[in-house]
Amino acid sequence: MRYIEPHAHMVSRTMDDYLAMALAGCQVVCEPAFWAGFDRSSAQGFYDYFRQITEFEPKRAAKFNLKHYTWLCINPKEAEDTKLANEVLDLIPEFLEKPTVLGIGEIGLNKNSRNELKILEKHIDLAERHDQLILVHTPHLEDKLKGTKLIIDALANHSNLDPNRVIIDHVEEHTAPLVLDKGFWAGMTLYPESKATPNRAIDMLELYGSERIWMNSACDWGVSDPLAVPKTALEMKRRGYDDNFIDRIVYGNPATFMRQSGRFIP
Amino acid sequence: MSDHSPNLVDQGFLDARIKLLDVAAFLDRVQRHGLTDDFRVRALKEALLELPSDEPGRARRILEALSDPSEEPIPEATMQGAFGAYANSCKGDAV
Repeated sequence: MRYIEPHAHMVSRTMDDYLAMALAGCQVVCEPAFWAGFDRSSAQGFYDYFRQITEFEPKRAAKFNLKHYTWLCINPKEAEDTKLANEVLDLIPEFLEKPTVLGIGEIGLNKNSRNELKILEKHIDLAERHDQLILVHTPHLEDKLKGTKLIIDALANHSNLDPNRVIIDHVEEHTAPLVLDKGFWAGMTLYPESKATPNRAIDMLELYGSERIWMNSACDWGVSDPLAVPKTALEMKRRGYDDNFIDRIVYGNPATFMRQSGRFIP
Repeated sequence: MSDHSPNLVDQGFLDARIKLLDVAAFLDRVQRHGLTDDFRVRALKEALLELPSDEPGRARRILEALSDPSEEPIPEATMQGAFGAYANSCKGDAV
């Protein structure tokens, strides 16, 4: 089996994880910019982080014959400090020239605050000006439904934005139809304690269809599983899905979306 | 789409059974320790009322029941985590 891990925070993972992913059939890993688990104290910290995910991490992945791509932004968890966020936004265009950058992400909302919304708008503007794909993070748990609606409204304010070039991630049963009905792509995140389990993700494929949808582990420094995608593929096999269908979900769909960047070569 | 149609009850019953028992034991545990007034416990017990429904969409309705129903952005984010259930004044530990 081959698969693409379209959302993983590999800076938080060990080489052992890269090895396990490669052995499980991973061909490509894609890394959206993320919150480090604590707030960075300056834009310089982000400059170093952007260098890490555009220069260092692709080399680490290459040791296991894995291609590594990335997305750039300041995560919504750090968007409440708008001065810092604006300084980081100013850094991003320089890094958009890097050959492994796929777009702007993971932007979005966390607690659905006014400042988070302002910085989200600026990220959308930046993506539009530089003709970039967008990867959106939706809030956690009780904040997800409201945040997803606010994000969809913010994206809808940009009438020139093609929803087919935007993926809204971490959907669950109550948000997937909102995202898909507006023409966006939807990402299902497979987490042990929140978001979706393998069986619920497969249920969502049955409920909402297999077009414009991918699944990812979003593995990071927290409780998460870098092998969540191949484990879900195995669960799909147990449920009776054939190899071609599984390949479309775990390889074809993410490749189709990310090829729109003009840089993604699976 | 499918090579075969497995019996999903065969595949999933024991897993669902142990998760149900875990929920029951959790409610027993928090009651034993005097924590039944926690808004998350109350929200969980209300959400459980969806389970006997014969109408499809139980997972979606439970997620909606545990969600913030407001529509406007909040003035300021004073924390970064979330609780898993909505309450105007939260006192538990966010994750």
